[in-house]
Amino acid sequence: MKKYIILVCFSCGLVFSQDPLKGIIKYQDNNEIIPLVGANVYWSNTTVGTITDSNGKFQLEKIAGTNPLVISYLGFKTDTLWVDSFYISHQMIKKSEEALDEITLQQRRKAIQKSFIETQNILKVSSEELLKAACCNLSESFETNPVIDVNFSDALTGTKQIKMLGLSSPYLQISEENIPMVRGASQAYGLTFTPGTWVESIQISKGAGSVTNGFESIVGQINTELKKPLTDIPFFLNIFYSINGRYEINTHLNRKVSERWSTGLFLHGNLRTQKFDKNNDRFLDLPVGEQINLMNRWQYIDADKGWVSFLSWRYMNDEKQLGVFDFQPKRDKGLKNQWGCEIATQRWDTSVKVGYVFPEFSYQSFGFQAAYSSHDQKAYFGLRKYDVNHQSLYTHLLFNSILGNTLNKFKVGLNYTHDLYDEAVDLYSFDRKDLNWGGYFEYTYNNDDNFSWIGGLRVDIHNNLGTFFTPRFHLRYVPLNEFVIRISGGSGRKAANIFAENQTLFATNRTIKIQSVGGTIYGLDPEIAWNYGLSIAKSFYIGSPNQFNITADYYVTDFTNQVVVDWENSQEIKFYNLKGESSAKSFQIELDYSFRNFLYIRAAYKNYDVKMDYKSGLRQKPLLPKNRFFLNVGWEGKTSSSGKKWHWDFTFHRVGDQRLVNTIRDQSGSLSPSYSLFNSQISCFFYKKFEIYLGGENIGNYRQASPIIGSDDPFGADFDAAQVYAPVFGAMVYSGLRFKI
Amino acid sequence: MLVLPFGMLAQEKEKKIVKAEFMVHGNCEFCEKRIEKAALSIKGVKSAAWDIPSNQISLIYNQKQVSLKTIHASIAAQGHDTSEAKAKKEDYDALPNCCKYDREEL
Repeated sequence: MKKYIILVCFSCGLVFSQDPLKGIIKYQDNNEIIPLVGANVYWSNTTVGTITDSNGKFQLEKIAGTNPLVISYLGFKTDTLWVDSFYISHQMIKKSEEALDEITLQQRRKAIQKSFIETQNILKVSSEELLKAACCNLSESFETNPVIDVNFSDALTGTKQIKMLGLSSPYLQISEENIPMVRGASQAYGLTFTPGTWVESIQISKGAGSVTNGFESIVGQINTELKKPLTDIPFFLNIFYSINGRYEINTHLNRKVSERWSTGLFLHGNLRTQKFDKNNDRFLDLPVGEQINLMNRWQYIDADKGWVSFLSWRYMNDEKQLGVFDFQPKRDKGLKNQWGCEIATQRWDTSVKVGYVFPEFSYQSFGFQAAYSSHDQKAYFGLRKYDVNHQSLYTHLLFNSILGNTLNKFKVGLNYTHDLYDEAVDLYSFDRKDLNWGGYFEYTYNNDDNFSWIGGLRVDIHNNLGTFFTPRFHLRYVPLNEFVIRISGGSGRKAANIFAENQTLFATNRTIKIQSVGGTIYGLDPEIAWNYGLSIAKSFYIGSPNQFNITADYYVTDFTNQVVVDWENSQEIKFYNLKGESSAKSFQIELDYSFRNFLYIRAAYKNYDVKMDYKSGLRQKPLLPKNRFFLNVGWEGKTSSSGKKWHWDFTFHRVGDQRLVNTIRDQSGSLSPSYSLFNSQISCFFYKKFEIYLGGENIGNYRQASPIIGSDDPFGADFDAAQVYAPVFGAMVYSGLRFKI
Repeated sequence: MLVLPFGMLAQEKEKKIVKAEFMVHGNCEFCEKRIEKAALSIKGVKSAAWDIPSNQISLIYNQKQVSLKTIHASIAAQGHDTSEAKAKKEDYDALPNCCKYDREEL
């Protein structure tokens, strides 16, 4: 789909309030600008309005007060403008074609959208937002977004781990086009296996979420929509280089092969060859490695008969090497002369999606999704070994319809999931088979105005987790204009894949202890939690061009059962089921401000209180800052007459102190220092076809002083590279270009 | 497995459930909400979408539960003239200013 830019031309001159507002409303059709006849023009929240005449022109009396002007027309996006002149010329944008509920095809104007219409607390991140930072892969796409926290997982791999509401990514359900994605064996590095340029949009929903995609989400859901062959541009090229020795290349090729079929080929490669040891601990600050990632998708649309389909396959190969600077795998592997590590992952993904909308009843549709993935990781960490093979089959059949009328909608569906795990941990091997049948019903009431609620219930029959119900509930109420209250609640449950989720433990010489209770997953019982949340949001204007949006939310996650990961003893890591209490409380307040359409400021403060009962008592979760502050400033320049446009972005993170676990070096179990991170990027667009960008991450060059404990004796009992609270690598400068046809 | 019963359901529905389209006079988004609400509040009306520029309402309804005449009357009772029913003067007068569409004088 072509993207149009709204052009609002304010004429200069003095404004006489007694003069009526005059203007013209137009739209673009096949490169032609045509007046829009019969469009509604009115002052927001008033009954003062008019319709454009046969030339697209209108005349409207001005009113006392500072209401914005609303322009609407069916099939076009409704626009709200602040008018401080007596003449406007405005171009409307056509709404993209409505598609199946489960397949969103929209392109969004605002980089981050907060909806007042959605029942759930959903944040939509568009591909424009992803251009604001390096965003080489999905794990890095949350840097400019305050809902998701990006942490550093260990001192060796440089992998970024995400957290939401104070809990790490295993408690989030991550899906790709509504098919569960980063789960099981891919939990640790899975987010780095989706290149950033493939992403069209990301939807982040906080809290209980929907029952339609399964029972695994506890604190929230992240769904990624990838670029669609039909709507994406025919050719895209991205080249990226950063001074930490990372090269990346991305190309997309899309073609319409027939009236109904389109295909896309997406290729990503990255290479890190340069070795760095800036902190002089003999260990590489970042791994060296390479990744090849290839995807081919086919899209089918028959709008007359109501059929939509996607077929995709994907292959990924990722290799990294880390450890001591002088480590040579051929010479030193399996020996005690140099500590080193290699992680090799190979992954296949295939999926089929079919959707059908009944042509006679547009409110009724059904969909079918099936996906198979094979994930194979081979790794050694010094003398430790961790291999994991995970094969997964996912199927989902769903039916959407109404009860009585379109104010009462429902979804009903069936899931079948089949997971096979085969793990080798040092000298032990673990095999597991997870079989799950699930069925759900979800009802949505929406009065099409200011009140809506969603109630969902699913029942699952799982060979290892048992037979259980998962209820989830969401409510939205808009008591005043531009003021929304949301309440949510629900449960979730998951099998803790203790090794795959805590791979950083292999970068230590801690002894692994599993305190079995006779459960079905490594002798442990599944994790069960309830999540409740309250969120309020208000939009308002101060003066005409200043738009504000304030959001505050509070979420509580209460664990009924949990697999506690206990790092408290410096010589061991223990896994045991929770005895006592465990909860995560999260408070966030956020202020968004935009001035006209070129300056955007987003500030957020977050407070987490995540406590659980360890064997040694109730404690805060380690390596989790209780307080965080976030600031993002974005500026968009005007397009010059030569077609050039500048964007500038700046992000500031203040990370509060974090509890450190007891180590040999630091018997006190004290707190880490709080620190600040600064990122910035400047981009220049030429004629919308070509764009170059230059950015810096961690410009303040903040580094954790000695991230690896016992680095001088990596085979000794003290060695621990998992206690990371800050970046290991200092300032990073990158540059890249994007070319589109 | 699940598809079959739904398929049958749809076939059976086709006899009872029909589409209709007619003119309803109005101006703006407020009208849209009011008109659609008036139609959806009647039992048997499945979906209602009123188009501002063409002033056409598209309906899907169960003709065994509700007659088209009732729908016309119910929309007219909210002050909006339809192709077959005229709103009472007091209902038209009660509409907010922006919704006062041009009316042929009685």
